[in-house]
Amino acid sequence: MQDKETLKLNKLEADSKRKNTIYRWILYFILAVFVIYYLTPLYVMIVTSFKTMPEIRQGNLFSLPSSLKFDAWKQAWDGTGYKGGDVFLKPYFWNSIKLVVPAVVISTLLGAINGYALTKWRFKGDSYVFLLFLFGTFIPYQAILLPMARTLGVLGISNSINGLILVHVVYGICFTTLFCRNYYVSISDEMVRAARIDGAGFFKIFFKIILPISIPIIVVTVIWQFTQVWNDFLFGATFSFGESAPIQVALNNLVLTGTAVKRYNVDMAAAIITGIPTLIVYILAGNYFIKGLTAGSVKG
Amino acid sequence: MFWLKKNLPKLVLTPSLGILSWFVYGFIFWTIYISFTKSKMLPRYELWGIDQYIRLWKMPRWHVAVENLLIFTVLFIILCIAIGILLSILLDQKIRAEGFLRTIYLYPMALSFIVTGTAWKWVLNPTLGIEKFAHDMGFETFKFDWLVTPEMSIYTIVIAGVWQSSGFIMAIFLAGLRSVDDEIIKAAKIDGAGIFSIYSKIILPMMRPVFMSAIVILVHLSIKSYDLIIALTSGGPGISSDMPAVFMTTMAFHRSEVGLASASAIMMFLTVSAIVVPYLYSELKREDAR
Repeated sequence: MQDKETLKLNKLEADSKRKNTIYRWILYFILAVFVIYYLTPLYVMIVTSFKTMPEIRQGNLFSLPSSLKFDAWKQAWDGTGYKGGDVFLKPYFWNSIKLVVPAVVISTLLGAINGYALTKWRFKGDSYVFLLFLFGTFIPYQAILLPMARTLGVLGISNSINGLILVHVVYGICFTTLFCRNYYVSISDEMVRAARIDGAGFFKIFFKIILPISIPIIVVTVIWQFTQVWNDFLFGATFSFGESAPIQVALNNLVLTGTAVKRYNVDMAAAIITGIPTLIVYILAGNYFIKGLTAGSVKG
Repeated sequence: MFWLKKNLPKLVLTPSLGILSWFVYGFIFWTIYISFTKSKMLPRYELWGIDQYIRLWKMPRWHVAVENLLIFTVLFIILCIAIGILLSILLDQKIRAEGFLRTIYLYPMALSFIVTGTAWKWVLNPTLGIEKFAHDMGFETFKFDWLVTPEMSIYTIVIAGVWQSSGFIMAIFLAGLRSVDDEIIKAAKIDGAGIFSIYSKIILPMMRPVFMSAIVILVHLSIKSYDLIIALTSGGPGISSDMPAVFMTTMAFHRSEVGLASASAIMMFLTVSAIVVPYLYSELKREDAR
């Protein structure tokens, strides 16, 4: 009797184990299919960038290049091996760097101090002030493009890197303030209160107490702003043209205005070059990157 | 001196608030005002009533843009959420190499829409792209020319958009799943519930707030979508893959229709507000309740 029972149990267990293994296999299979889905375009971009144009026409999307040739990359970067007049990325890459650094630094600093003032020095109506920032993260930029273009013109900084820095700082502070405010709201007021009793002022507390414990949120904010500014096309395309354009605009021009003969290998090399900075940030600091994404969209 | 000390936090916020009220709210009011004028190439300030809005809604091109936006938004939301839920549930089964898989699913989010569009434009190339690959594999009659087919071009934007954003939806659903108490799952398992019904009947209904955020994010992304269209189809062939954001910039900067462009921008602004304001309201109420 007892034996029969154990046998039955054993069989049941073996059954469910087998079922489990099958489930696991299906599970991993589906996960693998999606890996292929997400990686395919990247794979195609990479192999295409190393092919020559005749190779591209003869082979197909997935065929491997016959050898590692960097010609397309050189052409995409500084126009080497091609006659003048074509767009290449090098100057615009530097434009974007000159744009990103100040825009990120200024907007992050303002965001940190705003978030601190909103949470640790509460005053009447501060939640309404926060609401103004919060709603600012949602506005479709089409609603501000026309007056912004005029304002930049009046200030004499239209079609310049400085103009773009201003634009990115202005619309970036809504996000940076939101990030920092949400972070500071979750840390205890005790230390700030104690410091205030000791007579420490607004800025002393900020630099001595708040800033040292803000590293995680500063990293999130910097990564978010860096990605936003680097990847921006709308502002770049609207407020700049010619020599002061940022990299996304240059990439788009390169793809659209290439010479009569399409150079898909150069297009792909250029697209990879444009994507590399943000990809590196993502790979090095993936967790902070995701935190920023979720913080930037799941409010409150 | 005492006054300064007392008001320092407000003083610190003043520059940012000044910037906000000028560059965000002031500009929106300017655009609203201009949408009620006859402005063409340059803004004119005599009021003209709602004629720009009437003109806008009489324009066939605007109807194409709005229709495309609807198609795109619906498909974009359904596909991103379906893929996001599927992948997040699968990844939640104590998977080996979860971090590695997550990295792969999310990396497109680090790429700009221009890079995404450039890559997919090549993959979907009607002669040398997927079509050629299928031919080489022996499917001689296979045809894939959505990029240059007016009726299908909008769907190429869906394909690329879903590729870029679905990993992100996976990430927020995964975060949601991780915050579900393990005890609930254990209890349901003891009661004999299958893994499938545990998710569909117990866990997913608990994630209403995550669904809400995901939908708001995706709608917001699709209304703002501009770069991807420019890089992939430039709104073409013809105007077949036009969307409101593209319509607005074309009218504003190429057709000298500042008044009309403002009216279309305000339509976009109102649509976003109609979705975001109730969402923020409920989110803030939730926060107050906490």
